[in-house]
Amino acid sequence: MVPLWMYLVVSAAVFCIGVYGVLARRNAVAILMSVELMLNAVNINLLAFWRYVAPQNMAGQAFAAFVFVVAAAEAAVGLAIVIAVYRNRRSVIVEDVNLLRG
Amino acid sequence: MLELNVSTLVFFIFAVLSIGGALGVVISRNLIHGALFLIVSLFGGAGLFVLLAAPFMAAVQVLVYIGAIAILIIFAVMLTRSMTNIREIFNRQWWISAVAAVILLAVLVVGVVLPIWGPNGTQSEMVLSETTATVQDLGVALVDGNQYVLPFEVASLLLTAAMVGAIVIARDNE
Repeated sequence: MVPLWMYLVVSAAVFCIGVYGVLARRNAVAILMSVELMLNAVNINLLAFWRYVAPQNMAGQAFAAFVFVVAAAEAAVGLAIVIAVYRNRRSVIVEDVNLLRG
Repeated sequence: MLELNVSTLVFFIFAVLSIGGALGVVISRNLIHGALFLIVSLFGGAGLFVLLAAPFMAAVQVLVYIGAIAILIIFAVMLTRSMTNIREIFNRQWWISAVAAVILLAVLVVGVVLPIWGPNGTQSEMVLSETTATVQDLGVALVDGNQYVLPFEVASLLLTAAMVGAIVIARDNE
């Protein structure tokens, strides 16, 4: 098998691409997709450490399962908010959504 | 040293799928293309999960992420008609975001991963155990009173709350 650090490098690369997407994209749906990328990178990291450090212990897989649950909840609520904002403002550009600006 | 065998080759294929799909998500102008690149990236992640001896997680990745979340995102893109009316896909701070992401990657890889788990790192001599826990162990652990039954129930409550919240927020109330 390939050594652990290769999995960690792949995971870090996907995470940083997701960070760039969250910071730089203007479309709210694209930002949500970037957040999904970051959560997926976290799961790769968790399962890599589980396999190489403690494969008899179920903590790694259980944590990854909870990350899946949180990702599903985040996607559902996030897309619902995007659709509600689009219905009110006719835009999904995050810079146009400044209702909370004082 | 890294010997070149089938599992190494498969790892590199899935790693390239994962990273290339992620790049496609971030830089593609058309959001439908971005969602399809997201599916490619998540599929690469599922392949990596299989290589890591977590086949249940790979199945959940394909079912939940690709089957549900990616399709949900494609529906949201179609409902918001957001792919035709955007001229600039990046905001004004895109270059400083790129610098921040590259610095974060460099810190993670050069500063953390390679010194500790790299080829000459402090924990590079890691014994890889042949036997791993099975899907049955995971199922028992998730409902075992001494292990993860409370987080399991909280997670199901979170899913219910998120589903109700999503319906309430997205409902058209006139």
